[in-house]
Amino acid sequence: MLKIEDLNKFFGGIKAVDGCSFEIKEKTITALIGPNGSGKTTIFNLISGILRPDSGKIMLGGKDITDKSIEDISNLGISRLFQQTRLFNNLTVRENLLLALDNEDTKFWSVFVLRASADKKNKFEKKIQEMLELVGLEEFADKLARDLSYGQKRLIELSRAILNPHNFLMLDEPVSGVAPRLREKIKEILIGLKEKGETILLIEHDMNFAFKISDDVIVLEKGRVIAEGKPDEIKNNPRVLEAYLGN
Amino acid sequence: MISAYFIHLLILVGIYAILAVALQLAMGFTGLLNLGHIAFYCVGAYISALLALAGWPFWFCFLSAGIGAMLFGFLLAIPTNKLKGDYLALATLGFSFVIYAVALNWTGLTRGPLGLPGIPKPSLFGFVFSNNLSFLILTFIIALTSYFIIKQIASSPFGKVLEAIRDNELAVRVLGKNTFKMKSYALGISAFFAGIAGSLYAHYITFIDPSSFTLLQLIPVIAIVIIGGLASLRGTVIAAVVLVLLPEPLRFIGFPSSIVGPARQMIYALLLILILIYKPKGFYGKIELE
Repeated sequence: MLKIEDLNKFFGGIKAVDGCSFEIKEKTITALIGPNGSGKTTIFNLISGILRPDSGKIMLGGKDITDKSIEDISNLGISRLFQQTRLFNNLTVRENLLLALDNEDTKFWSVFVLRASADKKNKFEKKIQEMLELVGLEEFADKLARDLSYGQKRLIELSRAILNPHNFLMLDEPVSGVAPRLREKIKEILIGLKEKGETILLIEHDMNFAFKISDDVIVLEKGRVIAEGKPDEIKNNPRVLEAYLGN
Repeated sequence: MISAYFIHLLILVGIYAILAVALQLAMGFTGLLNLGHIAFYCVGAYISALLALAGWPFWFCFLSAGIGAMLFGFLLAIPTNKLKGDYLALATLGFSFVIYAVALNWTGLTRGPLGLPGIPKPSLFGFVFSNNLSFLILTFIIALTSYFIIKQIASSPFGKVLEAIRDNELAVRVLGKNTFKMKSYALGISAFFAGIAGSLYAHYITFIDPSSFTLLQLIPVIAIVIIGGLASLRGTVIAAVVLVLLPEPLRFIGFPSSIVGPARQMIYALLLILILIYKPKGFYGKIELE
């Protein structure tokens, strides 16, 4: 699905990403873990086009996306959840989700076309309704995003990322700062998506969560991949233990 | 006499309302702190005046003013695409100084500080809007049309994308939307309406010179937008009425005109400070900026 080859990124003299290569298999959940500052979010930013790599290649389904713009990469099928909340605070929950569904709304003539076809409207409405039911926030549809609690914001943002048409989903710490009950819910949602055939890459600091949910784990340290494998292998990998606990 | 004076004020209210509602689209809805707005007004006024003096009919001058200003809006969007907040404000402020300097110094075209006198009153289908009442009606119709077009834009899905850009531009791009295109449209449309407001002004006063298009003239427009409330069109119109009429009683107190002018600026400044302290969202503003 997604393949990264010898990716490098410097910030001044610091090597944030140092010759990273890995591949994400289709229909799996892969966790990207590593200590703070190991380059996880930088890799996410490189994949989604927010940063440009100094060298290396990023391939999505056989297509080179290394030098594409943020918009193009999104439209080629990558959807992303950010570590910090990035909701549209002065819009309602429904409007936030509606924006994710397609890009017809960026066409200027749409202003003067009286109404979108009822068919399309119903379809979108149904999708939003289903999504809100899935995360249990259906009664919040017409609330402003800024009035939600942190956990609710997180769920709406996750919903937005899921509704944005994609074939590859990247989640940067989906459960950080979220209450335990909500974590379980997010876990169920993600596993449900995988069972429907989705491919997910996530960054997670909570080891328990990462090991429980993922099929594969990639461990980063100082911008390098130091281990790759099934959760059980990683748990007992001496190199990983050293990186996390020191010696 | 009083009524003629009152009609004059209402025409100014109309012109300011168009200017402010246009700025609201860029500033309140899209989050572009555009201090170059007065330059679009200037471009519109000069295009319309020059074409009218060359003998073109009013409707053509009027539309050219809008379209010409819109082209400048698109042009300004290119170098300022990556700028936000204060930086965007400074860059667009620079743009308004450039336009002012051109109007002042390109004497071959604009006659510089001498200005352009004798701009004809508008005429449409053989009817000349020579008295102020008919001009007021014209201004009112144009202001109302502008208001409804901008309202339609703001409440459409297209307008929601603009608001999303204001709230979080990166998130909009990650959803696959081209925000450069969107911001160019916002600036372009905003400039179009500023341009036609400039055209109305030129044909109403029948004389323009660069001093009508300085930063000082921008302050009331920004005050109207902020006091009315960001992203509130109704508030903008109410604020336009209040702010244009508010300093007028000063004239009747008997102060010399050398005091009335600066006093007007002081009232705007004071009002802005009070609003920012006691009602930071303005009268009808609902949005919260981060």
